[in-house]
Amino acid sequence: MLTMQELTKTYRTELVQTHALSNFNLQVEEGDFVAVTGPSGSGKTTFLNIAGLLETFDQGTYNLDGENVRGLSDKARSRLRNEKIGFIFQSFNLIPDLDLFDNVDVPLRYRGFNSAERKRRIERCLELVGLANRMKHLPSQLSGGQQQRVAIARALAGEPRFLLADEPTGNLDSKMAHSVMELLKDINDRGTTIVMVTHDPLLAQQAKRNIYVKDGKVSELPSLTTAAIFTAQAVNAD
Amino acid sequence: MFSYYLRLAYLSIRRNPILSALMVAAIALGIGASMTTITVNYLMSANPIPHKSQQLFYVQVDSWDPNEPAEEPNEPPDQLTWTDATNLMAAQKAPRQAAMASSAAVVEPPDQDAKPFNAGIRLTFSDFFSMFDTPFLYGGPWDAQQDANKEQVVILSRETNDKVFGGENPVGRSLRIAGRQFTVVGVLADWQPVPRFYDVTTGAFHETEELFMPFLLKQALQLPNGGNTSCWKTPEEDSFEGFLRSECVNYQMWVELPDTQTKQDYLTFLTHYVNEQKALGRFPRPLNNRLSDVMQWMENQQVVADDAKVMLWLSLMFLTVCLLNTIGLLLAKFSGKSSEIGLRRAIGASRTALFYQHLVETACIGLAGGIAGLLLALLGLMGISSLYGEFADNLTSLDLNMVVFALLLSLVCSILAGLYPTWRACNIAPASQLKSQ
Repeated sequence: MLTMQELTKTYRTELVQTHALSNFNLQVEEGDFVAVTGPSGSGKTTFLNIAGLLETFDQGTYNLDGENVRGLSDKARSRLRNEKIGFIFQSFNLIPDLDLFDNVDVPLRYRGFNSAERKRRIERCLELVGLANRMKHLPSQLSGGQQQRVAIARALAGEPRFLLADEPTGNLDSKMAHSVMELLKDINDRGTTIVMVTHDPLLAQQAKRNIYVKDGKVSELPSLTTAAIFTAQAVNAD
Repeated sequence: MFSYYLRLAYLSIRRNPILSALMVAAIALGIGASMTTITVNYLMSANPIPHKSQQLFYVQVDSWDPNEPAEEPNEPPDQLTWTDATNLMAAQKAPRQAAMASSAAVVEPPDQDAKPFNAGIRLTFSDFFSMFDTPFLYGGPWDAQQDANKEQVVILSRETNDKVFGGENPVGRSLRIAGRQFTVVGVLADWQPVPRFYDVTTGAFHETEELFMPFLLKQALQLPNGGNTSCWKTPEEDSFEGFLRSECVNYQMWVELPDTQTKQDYLTFLTHYVNEQKALGRFPRPLNNRLSDVMQWMENQQVVADDAKVMLWLSLMFLTVCLLNTIGLLLAKFSGKSSEIGLRRAIGASRTALFYQHLVETACIGLAGGIAGLLLALLGLMGISSLYGEFADNLTSLDLNMVVFALLLSLVCSILAGLYPTWRACNIAPASQLKSQ
């Protein structure tokens, strides 16, 4: 599904070079639910941006659903993002002027579906996240948890094979976070592969698989160990 | 997608109403100022008779002073003497020809209660009407025989007919002009060539005359000179007839020459004519005959005033300044949309799609600016009209061509102004925007 081999990414300014990823290796199988954890600055976000084709990398290979993405044109990368990847962001990133129906419609517009097909998908996805009765509401009329549900519906509308979630519960209280996490697990149970970046070890525990990123490299750990590391870090920090 | 982009443009404009209004105002000011001057220049430089302007030729022969040209650098006089006008007409060497002059006389309406009034007269030959395709409301032109017989016939302008006969068909009725009885043979429908090409010496944008009558009546009735009279030597006799025989120029002449052969034949004829006159002691200057078609003659006479051209360039510079302001405003507006652009990129919009989306938005702003600019241009033209009076009336109307041109100009300008801001907006790195919202 997703294979990264010996991936490197370096940010350069006039004064410094920052090795965000170095010899980064990861394989995600179809149907996986992978939680990516690690300290700030470890390279989690860079990994997510490269995985989502929002950034390019310097060296290595990255195959997404069997397709080598290196050297793809902007148009081809956009098409891949649209067809195969769904994004869920920490801050929801809904467009404030558009109602829920139109927000979920955005990726479908670029896909070129006819209006009947778009309507069917939007209604189905909003139904799935429990907001079918609020289609004409604006994002500002919803709670944070509801907004994240709309963002999930938008990510699912294109029926992607792969969901990338960047701190999906970071802006939510624990009750809403739990509800969103349950929704993600439900989506994963239906067959969608999910890669989720999080700081929350308890949330990471709920994923099928945990990977830990440090200094731009992957170290794969069992879920409970990850939680222990996080707890230890928290104690040390205190 | 176009309708989707239109809807997004509407939402974006609504989201930033003040910024959008400022952009519309900047474009409107630029378009308003430039369309005002473009319209004046367009009407000044318009082809007044496009379907045959290349077949109609203004006749010039150089009867001027041997020591200096009528105008530098060696231009022949822009009018003819009476002698040359009548001789060239008598020769009848062109398929159609009409010498003409401007004059004036008092008209006494048949209604005893109506006051006499002074009317401008175009003295000409019968070919004038067929050459220039003048439309008739009633009747028609007089004929060549009536020209030769100096018959007292007259054609009225529509306004004159409204004034004198209340707009009824006056053909066959009498009208007292310059103390003589004339028979009305026709009434022109509305006819106002812009520029009034057939005689630009008395003002290229003046109204057509109120009366038209046979040219030779000038001599028979001793009608006064109108327009510009120029002499390079004093008339030898101090009388009306003496003036007609002098070297003073006051008459215009047009010929219709349908092809290059007839034009060449007419030039040959002019050469023969001038050589004959030289043998009689006239035409002391070297041969310098000219046949200018309508647009060449408008150019020669500098119908488009220099200050109008200067104003045009100034207004186009003003439009450029307005567009530079629009570019700044668009940059500000699109930078405020960077998180939305980042999001759209992330969920599948290509740079091209976003580029089109934002170009549609700038085009909508441009169109709104164009419509507002048209209203400002109308105000500007009304201002010019009230400032310059009747002279400018024929130069201050917006026709459909100019309306379409104004909207296209504002569209093109706004799209050009939007290219750089749009390009910048589409090159935003999406990853940098998605975390920052």
